[in-house]
Amino acid sequence: MSEPVIRTVALTRDYPMGGETVRALRGVDLEIQPNEYVAIMGPSGSGKSTLMNLIGCLDTPTSGQYWLAGTEVSRMSDDELARVRNRQIGFVFQTFNLLPRASALHNVELPLVYAGLPARERRQRAEQALGSVGLGDRMEHKPAELSGGQRQRVAIARALVTEPSIILADEPTGNLDSTTSEEIMKILEELHRTRGQTIVMVTHEADIARHAARVVTLHDGMVSSDRLKAA
Amino acid sequence: MPIYEAVVLALGMIRAQKLKSFFSLVGAFIGVMFLIAVVSIVKGMDKYVQEDFAAKIFGINTFTVSRRPGFHAGPVSQAQRRAWWRRPEIYEDDFHAIRAALPSEYLVAIESGNQAEGVVGTKHSSYIQVSGVSEDLFRIRDYRIAEGRLFTPQEISHAANVVVIGKDVADSFFTGEDPVGRSIRIAGFPYTVVGVIEKQGNVFGISLDRFAIAPYTSEMKKVVNPHKVVDGIIVKASSPAGMQDAMDRVEGLMRSRHHLRPEDDDDFHLDTQEDVLSFWAKISNVLYTALPMLVGISLIVGGIVLMNIMLMAVAERTREIGIRKSLGARRRDIMAQFLVEAATLSTTGAVLGIVAGLLLARLVQAVSPLPMGVAPGWIAVGVVLGVLVGIVSGVYPASRAAKLDPVVALRFE
Repeated sequence: MSEPVIRTVALTRDYPMGGETVRALRGVDLEIQPNEYVAIMGPSGSGKSTLMNLIGCLDTPTSGQYWLAGTEVSRMSDDELARVRNRQIGFVFQTFNLLPRASALHNVELPLVYAGLPARERRQRAEQALGSVGLGDRMEHKPAELSGGQRQRVAIARALVTEPSIILADEPTGNLDSTTSEEIMKILEELHRTRGQTIVMVTHEADIARHAARVVTLHDGMVSSDRLKAA
Repeated sequence: MPIYEAVVLALGMIRAQKLKSFFSLVGAFIGVMFLIAVVSIVKGMDKYVQEDFAAKIFGINTFTVSRRPGFHAGPVSQAQRRAWWRRPEIYEDDFHAIRAALPSEYLVAIESGNQAEGVVGTKHSSYIQVSGVSEDLFRIRDYRIAEGRLFTPQEISHAANVVVIGKDVADSFFTGEDPVGRSIRIAGFPYTVVGVIEKQGNVFGISLDRFAIAPYTSEMKKVVNPHKVVDGIIVKASSPAGMQDAMDRVEGLMRSRHHLRPEDDDDFHLDTQEDVLSFWAKISNVLYTALPMLVGISLIVGGIVLMNIMLMAVAERTREIGIRKSLGARRRDIMAQFLVEAATLSTTGAVLGIVAGLLLARLVQAVSPLPMGVAPGWIAVGVVLGVLVGIVSGVYPASRAAKLDPVVALRFE
């Protein structure tokens, strides 16, 4: 077996809250191999958002280790983490998180701006990414001029454009109707199937989770089950 | 992110939020507008005073012997004023003595002046400048005759009641007619007009052509001064060295005529062009000292407003900051974005302020006789100030933005 793209050991995260400490994660051990498509499930308060923030390098653990693509990132500084997010992680959020004043094209270009790419190459790659999610004809539209499904497709293009190690999708269909949800799930599946893209998806909907090959369930800040779907 | 892209981004922001941007750049705008307008006007006045005013009023290599200084820079104490008042008058005899003491290439003239009303037929003028003079005055002032002639030494010695008038006086009394040979009543006494002087123009908006000049021996002497007293004796040399030499000789002569002992101060004054120039230098110094304060205050107030607006912008755009951070923006990227935005705002204000300041100076030039002087160095100062105000007031908001926790910022509604 090759080196895991994600490996966490005894990962914990405590939050101080009004004099008390909330233990959101209480020792999570998780390994995800390249090309896997994993859903992380759990009821609200189970710690799945916290785990997602840690995996996404938006937050650092209270204790434990986290290796992303072979590098330990659990002790990195803010700016080092920013670099890791830029190079290794593509986010797809529930609320899309597009910049409202920027065109679809500019939104997709943004991670490449922070990667320091020249304008021409940025544009070329962003156009390609938008094309791959079927939005080649909507590049100059602002998010407000796009439907929910189209917005999420822009977000997927933005996540793809840096060719990250993992795509991290946080309730990617939470704000979409069921038809559009299916459409988005199809795009993710396609990415997984044709490009071998590693996808980690956080969701509380079993319907959505069933698209993944592996489902990890959290309960009270710990992994309660980790099942591979029968092929 | 490269700087020019950040600037483009910031300009887009200014376009998107016009009203807010207006408030944030108004401080730099007003400050820099003041700076440029005042500097342009002061520069213009500088040039004017040095090239025009001093020469027109005094003439080059010329000094005036008088009882009190005509131009005095700085405050004058009561005691000083009383001391000047106790000084002896300057007399016609002093003129004859100076004339006799200086070689003939020096021009020496009496000039005594007052304001008086002129009347021709039923036409009354408002007050005009009347003076009693001796013949060299025309050459000292470089007055050229436009019509008729100047009065002669004979007319002076015979105390003839003749006048040479300025262009404005000629035009207002004798519209379309030849004034030469006509009679004009000044302070109730009739004078015959013998000539009209070429147009002199104006200084600070005051016409230099509203005058009537008569021999100092004529009836005019009663209008201008007590018997035998004169306002001043003007001496013109042909070179600066000659002028210095004449000043030394006249000072010695006046001291001996006033029986001053070596330890006594002069009880008369020698006015030169330098007095006017140093008087002006003091005024413009005051302006240049007050200017930084004026400009500084509006820049500080503007900077505080800008800082406030940037803090608001950071709060409003918390989510945008979270998004940018999640996509890989480092602290310094976010910091730079907001710093560039603040600097772009205030520099835009400064550039508009420069334009407005120049227009303001141009307006002053159009409605007043003051010329304007454009000072490229100060325009650069204006731009630099704009950038500085933006950076200084942007640092705190930008560092707040840069330090935001991405998790918290992304959750922000």
